[in-house]
Amino acid sequence: MSVRGIRAAVSVTAAAAVLAGAAACSNPDADDDSGGSGGDGATAVIGVSTEPDTLSPLLGYGKDGNSKLFDGLLARTADMELRPALARALPEITDDGTTYTYKLRDGVTFSDGEPFTAADVVFTYETILDPGTNNPSKGDLEAVDSVEAEGDDTVVFRLKYPYAAFAERTVLPIAPEHAAGKGDVNTGPFNTEPIGTGPYVLDNWRKGEKLTFSANPGYWGGKPKVAKLTMAVIADDDIRATRLRSGDLDGAILPPNLAKTFAEDDDKQTVAATTFDHRAVTLPTDNPVTGDLAIRRALDVAVDRDAMVDKLLEGRGKAAYGPVPTDSEWFAQGTERPYDTARAEKILDDAGWRAGDGGIREKDGQRASFTLYYPSGDKLRQEHALAFAGDAKKVGIEAKVESGTWEVIEPRMGEDAVLAGGGSPADPDFDLYPMLNSELAGQGFNNMASYENPDVDTALAEGRESGDKAERKRAYDKVQQELTENPGYIFLTHIDHIYVVADTWRGLTTQVEPHEHGFGSGPWWNVESWQPAP
Amino acid sequence: MTGLPLAPMARMAGRRLLYAVPVLLAVTFGVFAIAAASPFDPVKAYAGTAGFSASQEALDQLRDSLGADDPFVTRWWDWLTGVVTGDLGESTSMRQPVADVIGERIGWTVLLCAVAFAVAIVAGTLLGVLAARRRGGLLDRAVTSVAYALEAAPPFWLGLLAVWLFALQLDALPAGGLTDTGTDVVSFGQVAEHVLLPASVLAVSQMPWFVLYVRQGVGDALDEDPVRGARSRGLAERTVLLGHALRSGLLPVLTLIGTRVPELITGALLIETVFSWPGIAAATVEAATSVDFPLLAALTVLATAAVLLGNLLSDLLYGLADPRVGFDG
Repeated sequence: MSVRGIRAAVSVTAAAAVLAGAAACSNPDADDDSGGSGGDGATAVIGVSTEPDTLSPLLGYGKDGNSKLFDGLLARTADMELRPALARALPEITDDGTTYTYKLRDGVTFSDGEPFTAADVVFTYETILDPGTNNPSKGDLEAVDSVEAEGDDTVVFRLKYPYAAFAERTVLPIAPEHAAGKGDVNTGPFNTEPIGTGPYVLDNWRKGEKLTFSANPGYWGGKPKVAKLTMAVIADDDIRATRLRSGDLDGAILPPNLAKTFAEDDDKQTVAATTFDHRAVTLPTDNPVTGDLAIRRALDVAVDRDAMVDKLLEGRGKAAYGPVPTDSEWFAQGTERPYDTARAEKILDDAGWRAGDGGIREKDGQRASFTLYYPSGDKLRQEHALAFAGDAKKVGIEAKVESGTWEVIEPRMGEDAVLAGGGSPADPDFDLYPMLNSELAGQGFNNMASYENPDVDTALAEGRESGDKAERKRAYDKVQQELTENPGYIFLTHIDHIYVVADTWRGLTTQVEPHEHGFGSGPWWNVESWQPAP
Repeated sequence: MTGLPLAPMARMAGRRLLYAVPVLLAVTFGVFAIAAASPFDPVKAYAGTAGFSASQEALDQLRDSLGADDPFVTRWWDWLTGVVTGDLGESTSMRQPVADVIGERIGWTVLLCAVAFAVAIVAGTLLGVLAARRRGGLLDRAVTSVAYALEAAPPFWLGLLAVWLFALQLDALPAGGLTDTGTDVVSFGQVAEHVLLPASVLAVSQMPWFVLYVRQGVGDALDEDPVRGARSRGLAERTVLLGHALRSGLLPVLTLIGTRVPELITGALLIETVFSWPGIAAATVEAATSVDFPLLAALTVLATAAVLLGNLLSDLLYGLADPRVGFDG
């Protein structure tokens, strides 16, 4: 090969490049049917911000229901009531709430044609609980002592202690033993090629780009009208909004400021979901400032929650006084705390926190100053942190706002405040217990403030174990009242989640949504029951 | 292609291959050491958002099962012995065997890089020759100053700019992905349309080096005796330029091909992220932040191998183009 040879090679690649360019120019737009047209064989293309790590329920996919590919024993309605799914009826609860018996639906098959049986249920739960299974959410099933099949159509769960919220956990998707049992549970092919009983089957998953589903013709609940469903993974809010505007997407989750830009569009509807998704400032017990009762109570009334809802959330949210939002049936009426800086100042004055240098209060040589971290890149938490610090400053308390990655923040959670977020709506136990129980102080991200209150601990145990709803309500009312007396966290807002969807679909609903809102949330929580507009 | 010095070329390739073994060993060891020293916690990364509500018991079990507490030397040795027996290990971040992760992605990365590299070399050479033909002229000054500006521009910034201009403002080309959102079929037309923007951006980010090298080489050659001789023999300017000046001016470019490979790979990583291109870039970022040792090591070996191959290729080409250099390196 000589230089002439090289030149020949260069001209070949040049020709190839030109051809590729020409092909791109002549690319026909024939398959440009992404707009969600009504009628049979309708398609829906949804823009989401994140994708799951795995599609295997054994590793935690879809644990809160609406997984599209799978069904749980139970499911939730739009009003968050439990309803039977793979079970024929709600469970029968015996032995003081420690035995749950589920009768299974007949004639259900997995998408590969194999029948669904009790063995699959036992397999799913036992595999998740197996120490060798890398499922970070297995703590959700901590109460389970044993799972047994009685015949082909009955499954019995025996619990270690009476756990009133257990039925809510059984929305967990069921994986087929014959398919998921093959290969390594942690890295096997089932993670990317799932088989379930759900309304959709997976066609294709190009990680980082999109997942495509098609309707499961043999679905026991009836074949979905939306025959083809695409979840496009677009992390950037602006790009998602643009692709929605260009018609590339039929629906997307958007922050309030971008959703607002679609308000005038006739062919788009905006759907807001109420949530349990709270933002709160942790007040670590071991920090001499944030652990001080007067400081806590003063901050609790010094923050202007309504202003945060108006300014930071554009009105799309609610003031939060605890993990339970004010419109929940579990909210303790009368625990709202009005914005009252005069009262905050009086609390501080009475406790001996006097104005010192630069308007920051002091007591016994201790400045009323602490550091507040927010996870870097999270604009909403940054805004909350700055608003909180501004309000605190007005009553003479300094919150030094800093950002960091979770690697930076985590070791400091014991002494420094963090702008935290969380919330799961199905049962008050899910948020309150890990957040406030003193035994869980400093364990992972549980009880980040190391909150310690024996009365709360007792009430949390009562709420967890009692099978009587009125009794549980009393217990959780007590917890929320204690939070007004000794606020270990300053709850700021509950955030609505905003979705913009093409007008081709009617009767869209949303569930009450958790902090983590992936595919299972949004108006597409029940895309299998969507009806095209006539 | 007769008379190709195959034997010396093969000897050179063999020597380089032997030389690559210790390099790869050192590089993978370094990757394990750096990953172990990084502040990222593999358990937290694995658990992801579920980690925020996970129980301590579940996290401890995960730590144990992922072997996150083992010293990195142990993990490196386990990995190495696995690789020798043909087992690349399993990626914890992707929940898949490493071989699968790489297998389903590498093709798209190679396509992106190949197209971009070809465009960069061809267009760079062309512009360089044009600029060299009349140094100091309007075209030369325009090309050179744009090349210097582009040399300083980070590829991801160029990528975002291109998305903004071509996808958002002009709506001429798709903003990302391998195919249109609504379709699943990976057809030639779809891929061609989608590769155009990322490959062009990557090419543009690589082109300045080729432009400037060619301009310098050809420009210098134009001042040398052989060219003066050719001109005085009355050869056409075109023949002088392409047959004489370009031929000797291209030599430094051959070296450049080898040395640009690392830059091309890092550029591709950034471009893939910007354009949601389903190549190995997203996997690399994920592997790094999740401290996913097996995947990270495999990807690093790939990148190192690409660099070594690039060097070998450019040395071979150089030896062919200029026999005085030979194949002794």
